[in-house]
Amino acid sequence: MNFKRLVAISRKEFIHIRRDTRSLLFSFLIPFVLLLLFGYALSLDIKNIPFSVLDYNDSAASREFVSGFSQSGYFDLKGYLNSEAELKNTIDSGKSLAVIVIPPDFEKNLKASNKVTVQTIIDGTNSNKASIALGYINAISQSYSARIFTEDKVLKEMKAPLSSEIRVWYNEKLDSRNFIIPGLIAIIMLIIASLLTSQVISREWENGTMEQLIVSPVKPIELIFGKLLPYFIIGMIDLSVIIILGKTLFKVYLRGNILLLFVLSSLFMIGALGMGITISIIAKSQVVSYQLALLTSFLPSYILSGLVFPISSMPKIIQYITYLVPAKYFIIILRGIYLKANTFFILAMDVLYLGVFALLMFIIANFRLVKKLD
Amino acid sequence: MENIIEVENLTKNFGSFTAVNSVTFSVKKGEIFGFLGPNGAGKSTTIKILCGLLIPTSGKASTFGFDVYRQSEKIKENIGYMSQKFSLYPDLTVEENINFYAGIYRVDPKIRNIRKNDLLKLLELTENRKTIAGLLPAGFKQRLALSCALIHDPPVIFLDEPTSGVDPVSRRNFWRLIKSFANSGKTIFVTTHYLDEAEYCNRISLIYDGRIIELESPYRIKKSYEERFNLKNPTLEDVFIKSIENYRAANNEF
Repeated sequence: MNFKRLVAISRKEFIHIRRDTRSLLFSFLIPFVLLLLFGYALSLDIKNIPFSVLDYNDSAASREFVSGFSQSGYFDLKGYLNSEAELKNTIDSGKSLAVIVIPPDFEKNLKASNKVTVQTIIDGTNSNKASIALGYINAISQSYSARIFTEDKVLKEMKAPLSSEIRVWYNEKLDSRNFIIPGLIAIIMLIIASLLTSQVISREWENGTMEQLIVSPVKPIELIFGKLLPYFIIGMIDLSVIIILGKTLFKVYLRGNILLLFVLSSLFMIGALGMGITISIIAKSQVVSYQLALLTSFLPSYILSGLVFPISSMPKIIQYITYLVPAKYFIIILRGIYLKANTFFILAMDVLYLGVFALLMFIIANFRLVKKLD
Repeated sequence: MENIIEVENLTKNFGSFTAVNSVTFSVKKGEIFGFLGPNGAGKSTTIKILCGLLIPTSGKASTFGFDVYRQSEKIKENIGYMSQKFSLYPDLTVEENINFYAGIYRVDPKIRNIRKNDLLKLLELTENRKTIAGLLPAGFKQRLALSCALIHDPPVIFLDEPTSGVDPVSRRNFWRLIKSFANSGKTIFVTTHYLDEAEYCNRISLIYDGRIIELESPYRIKKSYEERFNLKNPTLEDVFIKSIENYRAANNEF
């Protein structure tokens, strides 16, 4: 491998990027926009769930029960309803996600220590949101009933036999940004590494310049590395920007070692670049290679990596497929370093996988390009 | 005079198809050697072998003293190649295109700048050095492609149909330049199907069906056909058509 040739190729590739609006957009604007979108708009936390109450009892006990919801911080009381018709209307119109129906004998039965059933109607259109709301409703009802139970004169002496004290580690406030923004690094690197680089060799074929390179003494490995170097540099610039903006805009702090983050991000980037260029070598037209890159690397990485959608809730067969998605391992690494301050040894298996992936991609790229040159 | 290209009984098969069939010729230093023939006759296969891109099936071939079987990398260092597609980067300026190819051939930047200025002057591109290549007219693109192929000062130049899509005035100027390069000691191997251009060559070989059917200077070929087939002042085109007819008749092809 000759360094002068590599530099000549990299320099030319930089000029291509500088003169191509689309490359510039993908390199610098899109990552920034994604960061803002994911940081501000994509929140998986459910707060202020709108709910209403149809209270047939209208007693001190029922009002106290309802106030447990409004004070939890997760629910927003929209008002009291007067009839079943109003109930239907408020759910239909989307004004309330849930309605709690309190039976007429609520207070009387509680006082008599009888079993009381409170009905909850919930809008299941968004099943994810509905099941989270349901969980909250159950938790609040149970804590209410536990309180009643211990206030009971007979049982007052007895302490509750079991209580749990929950402490959340790593993401203390359970803020989804802390979870999303480190993962976003993987997506932004993929945009640069696979979507942009998928164009670099196919552009040479389309220009007819590949023929000229074939008759020159340039070696495939010089061509591959020379072309990838500028994209690697852009990826590292974007990584720095995400770390800085994540901290200043979204208060997502890097707890682990920044050097380890850069080294392992480089490893992932190299693998993804290798994949991008392999696609570019296989497909001789820019349109085809762009589509291929989108389908084989970007979309699976977005959907199957655990970035937004939890892998554990996917069907078993899809879970097995996720083992083939490099971004999955990188996202584990990113979250590990970012939130848990993981060291290299804890992440070693994921690192090994990324290393194997990168090596494999370059072997394929080099092999395929050699074949085309002959 | 030494031979820059030597080919002996060269054959290249692709499966059962014989693209080049036992071809023998040599090209001397400073010569303009023309390869004429219809599409599919074996012209580009021969060029690819001589540039070190294809390994022949049998026979001997060497370019600038380097064997095509074993020293293809040495060959690539010593040749300039220009194709009919004018392989240029349309988003790079004239100067950036030249600099890129200079980098690929590891030309020292100081030497590169001297050669670049000379080439730009010679090829009348000095005023366009900052122009984006994609915006140049075809004749300019062709001259730029030639500059890129010459920036590393190769002793052997391969031109694969170098004048397609270029206007007649530019073509004539182009050939004058090629002549001057040959006079300065460079060896030129050119393929073309413009028969008037073949007149600029010192020697031409007519290639058909993977075989060389004539190999002489344009003047002598015309003279011999005038005598053999009783043609009056034949043009190269007349000779070309007659030679193929003759070859087909001799090989029972119709």
